[in-house]
Amino acid sequence: MKNVMEIKFKAIAENEPFARNVVASFILPLNPSINELEDIKTAVNEAVTNVIVHAYPDKSGYINMKITTIDNKVEINISDNGVGIQDIERALTPFYTSKPDEERSGMGFTVMESFMDRLEVKNNKDGVSVIMFKELEQVAEM
Amino acid sequence: MQIKSRVVNRTLYILLSGELDEYTAPTVRKNLDTLMQTQKGFIQIVMDLSELTFMDSTGVGVLIGRYKKMRESNKPIFITNPSRNAERIFKMSGLYEIMPKIV
Repeated sequence: MKNVMEIKFKAIAENEPFARNVVASFILPLNPSINELEDIKTAVNEAVTNVIVHAYPDKSGYINMKITTIDNKVEINISDNGVGIQDIERALTPFYTSKPDEERSGMGFTVMESFMDRLEVKNNKDGVSVIMFKELEQVAEM
Repeated sequence: MQIKSRVVNRTLYILLSGELDEYTAPTVRKNLDTLMQTQKGFIQIVMDLSELTFMDSTGVGVLIGRYKKMRESNKPIFITNPSRNAERIFKMSGLYEIMPKIV
């Protein structure tokens, strides 16, 4: 069965718990394991943090989050309309941070890659899309 | 996010409870720094994460920041009771090389 959910919310740190918990609520009917749920919440939070920290340096902006589930496959697309990433390859390098003075670990994309099955990062006409995929081991019994 | 602490046998035990993310990190940084500066009579710190219900890589940045501050006064920090995901992030980031895990 296919299901889709799309939301838009302000790119502020206050919305992080909302973002990760709304994703968890949406995929709960697919009967994920606790570990799968925690992996997805963590990866979503990393992507949302990136937008909050980097996408809108001079103005406020929004985060778009679209979740598509097909049977036990989950696709999460987190995008913004911000300044984009100058060098995606470099941004994906573990420990790289463009803000070394802010006590940032530079591990965000590495965590997303490790906790999900697959990660795609691309610049759009304006902003960035981070698309993450995970296939859940358990499927809800109907 | 709650922070509790006590000094036992010259060790400052810090218990972090709640969620550590971009939203709570500034307060956690500030409160930990205040705690580490005002508490007296300790030579090392044990950071107990048993009640941390959520943490992403923001937590690594917060912990490394505190490590750097404590390094100036030669006070090591140890980590105990991380969640499964915190453990994975710490191993990925090499955090345990500077803040060893204790059981």
